[in-house]
Amino acid sequence: MTPTPRVKTFRIDGRDVVGREDQTVLEVARENDIRIPTLCHLDGLTDIGACRMCLVEVQGWGRLVPSCVTKPEEGMVVVSQSERLARYRRTILEFLFSERNHVCAVCVSNGHCELQDLAEEVGMTHVRVPYRYPGLAVDASHGRFVADHNRCILCARCVRVCGEVEGAHTWDVSGRGIQSLVITDLAAPWGESDTCTGCGKCVQVCPTGALTEKGHSVAEMSKRRQFLPYLATMREGRR
Amino acid sequence: MNRARLATVWLDGCSGCHMSFLDMDERLIALAERADLVYSPLVDSKEFPEGVDITLVEGAVSTDEDIEKIRHIRGRTKLLVSLGDCAVTSNVPAMRNPFPVVQVMERAYVENADIRQGVEFTGVLPRLLDRVRPVHEVVPVDVFVPGCPPPADAIHYVLDALLDGRQPDLTGQTRFGR
Repeated sequence: MTPTPRVKTFRIDGRDVVGREDQTVLEVARENDIRIPTLCHLDGLTDIGACRMCLVEVQGWGRLVPSCVTKPEEGMVVVSQSERLARYRRTILEFLFSERNHVCAVCVSNGHCELQDLAEEVGMTHVRVPYRYPGLAVDASHGRFVADHNRCILCARCVRVCGEVEGAHTWDVSGRGIQSLVITDLAAPWGESDTCTGCGKCVQVCPTGALTEKGHSVAEMSKRRQFLPYLATMREGRR
Repeated sequence: MNRARLATVWLDGCSGCHMSFLDMDERLIALAERADLVYSPLVDSKEFPEGVDITLVEGAVSTDEDIEKIRHIRGRTKLLVSLGDCAVTSNVPAMRNPFPVVQVMERAYVENADIRQGVEFTGVLPRLLDRVRPVHEVVPVDVFVPGCPPPADAIHYVLDALLDGRQPDLTGQTRFGR
């Protein structure tokens, strides 16, 4: 029998909160209606702390930590909103926008994009670093889906949903740092992938217009994610 | 009351932001009580005058002429406003940036031309820059109004605030790609 997880009492933004030791600071914050912005996090997938939007301050800790992969500790004092955090979050978003070619005006996901929404939420009105304008490919080899690397923010939700939920592990990340790309199989065109089941989960969880269904014009692509918490709950019950 | 001197300019953009400006409709009449439009594609003035209070810039910086223009305008303007995604992010005009200019020109005037195929530099037209750039990479910008185009309400809000001497807070008013 697994022992019952311990309960931790701590503070977020001056409020006393209670969480289990196996939860994350982000989960406890959300249970208490404290909004911490996120981008790579998605309920039902393993958290990896990739996007750094959910960074929080913890009193006495010298560095900022991503709340999605930080466990509660007894008596810890968490700050989720501060001038410093707002500055970091805005800067991270500016880096994301400058790194590839996110042209919202002509994107199929315009108006249904988590990156675009966050920019608005944190009040990012312009990008202060030079844009890179990389020459990146669009893979339209699949019969029903498109992968547009120009709009990918490397959140790896596609990689996780494909491996953890669909069990196919078609997607992975190749390269390092700024050269990173999500790939299907061993960088084969998506349409030629031997492992892709064509389920489309990766498309639905993608926060931007990087993975989309064919046949949509500008602003027409909205994602359907209802399946994910449902599947996660069903599988938890079976364990 | 002192009337403010307002200008608008059109660099590399589709004029959609100016259309959105006109979409302020009857509010333009109220605006005309408070400010004179001293230079704009919408009025018939040839020279950008000195001592302009507010200039709205539509469009990205795409040519050597754009650079000259925007520097000239910056020097004669108190408050420079980047209006719309092309000015703020370089947007659609910058979609040519991953390609060399020569390749872009050949695509347009050789591959896709039916008659008189070929690229000629006559010196009459401005030269394309290697890269299209947002306005603030060329001159300092005071206010940023994203949107493709920014809604008339957002433009009205910004002008109203600036004419009152307030710094506009655009949270919730507009966003990229709107």
